[in-house]
Amino acid sequence: MIRSDAPVLLEIRDLRASVEEQPILKGVSLTIRAGEIHAVMGRNGSGKSTLSKVLAGHPAYRVIGGSVLYRGEDLLALEPEQRARIGLFLGFQYPVEIPGVSNLEFLRVATNARRQQQGHDELDTFAFEDLVHERLKVVQMDPAFLERSVNEGFSGGEKKRNEILQMALLEPLVAILDETDSGLDIDALRIVAGGVNHLASADNATLLITHYQRLLDVITPDYVHVMAAGRILRTGGKELALELEESGYDWVDAEIERLEATLAPGIALEVG
Amino acid sequence: MPAAPMTSAATVGDLVSQPYRYGFVTDIETEKIAKGLSEDVVRLISSKKEEPAFLLDFRLRAYRQWLQMEEPDWAAIGHPPIDYQNIIYYAAPKQQAKKASLDEVDPKLLETFEKLGIPLSEQKRLSNVAVDAVFDSVSIATTYKEKLAEHGVIFCSISEAVKDHAELIERYLGTVVPSNDNYFAALNSAVFSDGSFVFIPKGVACPMDLSTYFRINSGDTGQFERTLIVAEAGASVSYLEGCTAPMFDTNQLHAAVVELVTLEDASIKYSTVQNWYAGDENGVGGIYNFVTKRGQCRGDRSHISWTQVETGSAITWKYPSCVLQGADSIGEFYSVALTNNRQQADTGTKMIHVGPRTRSTIVSKGISAGHSSNSYRGLVQIGPKAVGARNYSQCDSMLIGDQAAANTYPYIRSQQPDARIEHEASTCRMSADQLFYLQSRGIGFEEAVSMMVSGFCRDVFNQLPMEFAAEADKLLALKLEGSVG
Ligand SMILES: Nc1ncnc2c1ncn2[C@@H]1O[C@H](COP(=O)(O)OP(=O)(O)OP(=O)(O)O)[C@@H](O)[C@H]1O
Ligand SMILES: [Mg+2]
Repeated sequence: MIRSDAPVLLEIRDLRASVEEQPILKGVSLTIRAGEIHAVMGRNGSGKSTLSKVLAGHPAYRVIGGSVLYRGEDLLALEPEQRARIGLFLGFQYPVEIPGVSNLEFLRVATNARRQQQGHDELDTFAFEDLVHERLKVVQMDPAFLERSVNEGFSGGEKKRNEILQMALLEPLVAILDETDSGLDIDALRIVAGGVNHLASADNATLLITHYQRLLDVITPDYVHVMAAGRILRTGGKELALELEESGYDWVDAEIERLEATLAPGIALEVG
Repeated sequence: MPAAPMTSAATVGDLVSQPYRYGFVTDIETEKIAKGLSEDVVRLISSKKEEPAFLLDFRLRAYRQWLQMEEPDWAAIGHPPIDYQNIIYYAAPKQQAKKASLDEVDPKLLETFEKLGIPLSEQKRLSNVAVDAVFDSVSIATTYKEKLAEHGVIFCSISEAVKDHAELIERYLGTVVPSNDNYFAALNSAVFSDGSFVFIPKGVACPMDLSTYFRINSGDTGQFERTLIVAEAGASVSYLEGCTAPMFDTNQLHAAVVELVTLEDASIKYSTVQNWYAGDENGVGGIYNFVTKRGQCRGDRSHISWTQVETGSAITWKYPSCVLQGADSIGEFYSVALTNNRQQADTGTKMIHVGPRTRSTIVSKGISAGHSSNSYRGLVQIGPKAVGARNYSQCDSMLIGDQAAANTYPYIRSQQPDARIEHEASTCRMSADQLFYLQSRGIGFEEAVSMMVSGFCRDVFNQLPMEFAAEADKLLALKLEGSVG
């Protein structure tokens, strides 16, 4: 839902980042207001996950330029855990397994860290169990998954559901979901999408990274952005996704070439 | 997704190297004998302790054996040669013979133990654990002696036991670990100072956990304790051992011997949380810990279980073992060894299956950080009479950073074709992506590391008695505490 007077939750300006001295993000700008749902699409390797991890604060990625404001605060100055506590959430494309750490205990510690930041009481084991069982319903997940180690031996789809369960518990203000739909069967897709819709409100915002229109059929985006070579190349409404479905990304190459030429004429000349 | 480089290695490294909390020295007048080792020194120790002749003979025999032996060099550890003539073999806080009541014990000593979290006084002592507190070479107090005596349980220092229960000592001492077993056992047998003696009579389940807390205080003293635990038929006991030492920039030698004996249907659960000073980040100072621990399941269906959490010492050389003699007897070894900085640990176990249908379980968790080296070395031996013997071993290593080393040396010798021996091993690296995953859910870096380490150790921590499980958790958290940066 677009409301031009809604507060800005996330303001990304000309963000540049590199990994192992290799520039990946080459100037990303994006403004997200409360109540909005954004979709980011783009070819494999275009930098979508990198963007999400830079926002969440992964230590392997180095920010080399630009800024990110989270509700007016400098997000990049915060430790990853601090970003999470104030309401930024990243649903991972590939959630890692953490053997030996109980899923239930992990969820409880995470939930309490967020609650503490919000000034709420810490939930004890019993209160948390009530809460988690309620939230399990959002993703229709079997409580047996609570007893296992974090993501250990979970199937691809189960890991994705566990991500949405975490989101349901943490109640983020900005949720970035990196290909949460990949690897889900048809029913699971509907359940997960239902969960995301259920959690979306006028106060929070969602950034969906996806390759497929089928997700956007169930979660209607307000904006669709196309990422290429570390930039947002084009922004449109939900029709843009349908257009991509139709015509693919071929037009991207030409546009990138043109863009690089204007940005680095010296190099273009040499090549020519 | 490409594997993220371990960019947090340095940070995790910083995190594991927190200052040692027990590094203080108690300023107390100490009686020490001159440095060096000779037959006269052995005699002097024995006479200071007013020992019976059989014990002096035991010591002298061991000393002569030791002279003929060579320091073992097969372990994956390295250190400058130890100068055995530069060590003091007897040091005791100056106070007259052991006090009848705690009120007479030097308050400084009580204070020391209180600071270590081991209050001894009537009002404050731990409610469910009897404690024998050993300071340098002597036991200074043992709590709950009377209460235990009502059940026929003997719990006292080994020096007292030599006087009051000489026949038991003579019957059992050196029968599990013979004095010529190895270099360090021979040295210990010659010069051992103090330690604990536990005797649980037939059919008695010890009414409380027993615990010995070893404190090294002097900088130039060797520590050579001797512990002997005997559980008669049908008896059972849970025993805990804790240890700390001040920070010195020299190395102190610690060469202990622990012997356990279980008769029919008896069980001994022996747990250790070892936190000797480990030296600084450059490997200066710290305890050299060369320990021989062995239990003998003499009786049928008896059970010996070792659980150890090894976090300290510059060098750990230690293989708590079980000789499974009685039919259907059970041996267990659960171990967590954490090394950091320049620490070296070569630790593991030996399970010697002698009797039929004997079973053993080995679970070893090694965590190496910094430039440390952590080796598991274990032997499973199945003798010709051990029909139907079974062993299960699991050895897992976790690496933190990319400078640490982990090795596993499992040795299996079986003379029984129908024995079932299973061995599983794994190595994992605490990855930046795992830490980041936890952090991205609001869990602080330190807590994330600690959660992963505790998770990795869970199988072992579950074996610890309640009081110790909490302590071990705290200790690891402490070892993992530091600044995030
Ligand atoms: N840790 C890393 N080390 C080396 N290269 C990396 C790293 N992370 C990302 N890259 C590179 O950055 C580029 C962008 O990767 P990213 O994961 O952001 O793509 P993506 O748009 O999410 O692709 P996909 O649709 O396949 O998920 C790729 O070329 C990738 O190989
Ligand atoms: Mg991706």
